[in-house]
Amino acid sequence: MSHEHVVVIYPHPDDESFGASGTISKYREQDIPVTYLCGTLGEMGRNMGSPTFANRETLSTFRKEELKKACKALDIDYRLLGYRDKTLEFEQREQVAAHLKEILQEIRPTLVITHYPGYAVHPDHDALGAAAIQAVADMEEDVRPELWAQAIATNFEKTLGKPDIIHDVKPYWDKKMAAIETHLSQASGMMSLIKNKPDFNENEELEHLRYERFYRWKLEE
Amino acid sequence: MEAIDREKVQQAINQFAGKDVYVHLETTNGAYASHFDENAYNVGAFIRNAHVKYEHGKIVGTGGSYRIGLKLDLGWVYAEGVTDYEVDDQNRLLMAGHDREGRLMVALEISETPFTHESKED
Repeated sequence: MSHEHVVVIYPHPDDESFGASGTISKYREQDIPVTYLCGTLGEMGRNMGSPTFANRETLSTFRKEELKKACKALDIDYRLLGYRDKTLEFEQREQVAAHLKEILQEIRPTLVITHYPGYAVHPDHDALGAAAIQAVADMEEDVRPELWAQAIATNFEKTLGKPDIIHDVKPYWDKKMAAIETHLSQASGMMSLIKNKPDFNENEELEHLRYERFYRWKLEE
Repeated sequence: MEAIDREKVQQAINQFAGKDVYVHLETTNGAYASHFDENAYNVGAFIRNAHVKYEHGKIVGTGGSYRIGLKLDLGWVYAEGVTDYEVDDQNRLLMAGHDREGRLMVALEISETPFTHESKED
């Protein structure tokens, strides 16, 4: 009987599917529970479906529903943190970190996955990643989970070196595609890209999706 | 949303004139613009729930793309590139401009009640 529990902390509905759904599926296959802490509802997203079916005021409702479906497809639990898209970097980091710490102390995960601050492209990714790292650092050592950070910036390996963990998620590809597809308002562009060029070797975007890469975060003592 | 019918939108704009209204105004080229194209710049701005009163407003334009200007006591609210509109079930006038892939580039919305930050309950 394993006591493991994985918590994924990203800011938008669909970050979990694009970024870590292969890894998540791998853990679920081993019967390890996974909980997604989703920072915002992505309500300021630019994609409105294709053809367009959402608008600025209805997008949050669609995305909440999509998140629910994605988490069902991945067989994971989720919690909404209630922040607002695009504004996470302007919140007080200590407050966000304290909020996350409270949830982590309750769930008691053995592993936390989040974005690598400064290498995660979207300001919300950077900000929530930084807050998540702060939250883990603030936990007592005996309950502190392992921490993995995901970089997605172009050529991040040049500065950060080779990632510590590289999951080739090809065995979970169908799961990953199914999870991405639930995010109907957001994923149509990516899905057509995949359907037009389904060969891994010829499609750089597919390569990014196939290898889920993480750095083991070392906390400063 | 549907393609703008200039007369209908003008009527809706007129209905809010002289009233205290809330405005959502936004433009964006997305948070990933410079990630996918290193020569691009990420540009965006939004203001949610600006509480204003306009004396009059106009929608002007041709060829499916419109400009909207609302004249305030001390200034203007302006949006360009607006292509679609909807008067929603809360009687809010929602307008937006989308690119060829249907992604939002600009939005201007007018409401007599504040825009919420919530999604609909399940």
